[in-house]
Amino acid sequence: MLIFRRLTILIICFLGITGYTAFSQEASVKDTASTASAGKKGFNAGEFIFEHIGDAYYWHILTLKTSHGDHPIAIPLLVIVYSKTTGLHVFCSSKLEHGNAVYDNFKIAMEGPDKGKVVEIQPDGTTVKPLDISITKNVAALLVSVALMLWIFLTAAKAYKKNPNQAPKGIQSVVEPFIMFIRDDIARPSIGEKRYERYMPYLCTIFFFIWFNNMMGLIPIVPGGANVTGNIAVTMVMALFTFAITTFSGNKHYWREMVDAPGVPWWLKFPLPIMPLVEISGMFTKPFILMIRLFANITAGHIVVLGFFSLIFIFGQMNVALGYAVSPLSVAFVIFIYFLELLVALIQAYVFTLLSALYFGLATTEHH
Amino acid sequence: MELITPGIGLLFWMLLAFSVVLLILKKFAWKPILNALRDRENSIEQALRSADKAREQMAKMQADNEKILAEARLERDKLIKEAREMKDQIISDARQKAIEEGNKMIDAARQAIQHERAAAIEQIREMVTNLSVDIAQKLLQKQLEDEKGQKELIDKVLSQTKLN
Repeated sequence: MLIFRRLTILIICFLGITGYTAFSQEASVKDTASTASAGKKGFNAGEFIFEHIGDAYYWHILTLKTSHGDHPIAIPLLVIVYSKTTGLHVFCSSKLEHGNAVYDNFKIAMEGPDKGKVVEIQPDGTTVKPLDISITKNVAALLVSVALMLWIFLTAAKAYKKNPNQAPKGIQSVVEPFIMFIRDDIARPSIGEKRYERYMPYLCTIFFFIWFNNMMGLIPIVPGGANVTGNIAVTMVMALFTFAITTFSGNKHYWREMVDAPGVPWWLKFPLPIMPLVEISGMFTKPFILMIRLFANITAGHIVVLGFFSLIFIFGQMNVALGYAVSPLSVAFVIFIYFLELLVALIQAYVFTLLSALYFGLATTEHH
Repeated sequence: MELITPGIGLLFWMLLAFSVVLLILKKFAWKPILNALRDRENSIEQALRSADKAREQMAKMQADNEKILAEARLERDKLIKEAREMKDQIISDARQKAIEEGNKMIDAARQAIQHERAAAIEQIREMVTNLSVDIAQKLLQKQLEDEKGQKELIDKVLSQTKLN
């Protein structure tokens, strides 16, 4: 009991230093103050979480809660929309003032099926969703990590060119173990000694792309904090790449096994082609599962972290003291989950890369 | 539902960004890095192999050296032995020759002495003969100085000579 109490005190002291509690304390005070004074709508954990893991036209930093209302502080991004009637429009998202203003007949829908998206107001008052290729938070975060990747790996490549046949130095020694791992533990055993080299660029790219974006997503402030690899569009593109490469590199053996699976009784293939159907659907489910797995894992991680943070505010709304009491525990859990997520970030990158490599291996293998 | 509906905008940008990253990194990062890694591995392997070879060669050379040394030692011993034999041979030959030469010289000397002696004896004989004749002449002259003496001698010789 004594040990437990000491441990609790230690945790509280530690959290006091880190400033997490300072943040939660301030926020909860303001939160309770605003609810007490104006009786505004309370804290909605679901909305809070989905706002964070979803996409946005701003890169949100924080929201100032004053007596005049909420003032979000955010980096405005570029809105690029193409309307069938009025053509291409490019403007800064600050013009829309977080949904409070209409610019050039465009506004952010506050309800309905297009809630949170930029819509065009038609002359008759109805709204239509244009083709939207805005630089949203996720796109911006994506571009940041892409720039980071290019910088790191082009620097490393330059170092390799500059001193060939030397021991790795600086950034090389950071990058090299991972590349060696991808080559020797993913590509070589999965694809085979003869053909693995063709797939190495893609496997390296996808591994580091996923890992970088996962890690960037764990950084709570700009330029991180976006849920890029937890977005289905992002994982879908990567899964499509894997699917396309698998399909295009499929050899005769691969396609024959697809139609005429060996070691299966003939009545499973004729007259009802059950096995071929299963095999062909497997061709599509494999990348589909890749897409879902990465998306679900990363999104779930973000949801769990945000959920623990939400606990502070939920309890704080009931009672300020309760909010204080819950915060250290909540933050302790968040720290634990963060460490787990650091691991998950790497593991998911590994799993996606490994499975892609296995599919390439299956598509290019000769007779067993 | 929004969570699992891919947004067109993000889909577009992701496709673009990912393709560009893939192409750029493939050409300018992965190819050079992977080639460099392979080259380095090859060079390390080669270096190890050549080190092994060098070590082997060294061992072989050492063995060769020892062999050569042993051979040289053997050769030296043989040479020394031969030289010694030759020396002995020469000495014995020389001795033999000296003895022979000595013998020959002694023989020649002996022959010369013999010769000289024979000549000397001949001379002496001649001299003795002459002397004898002289003496006899003188003796006869002396004895035959008177008649009596001559008759006695003739008698004596006639008595000694048997007439048959």
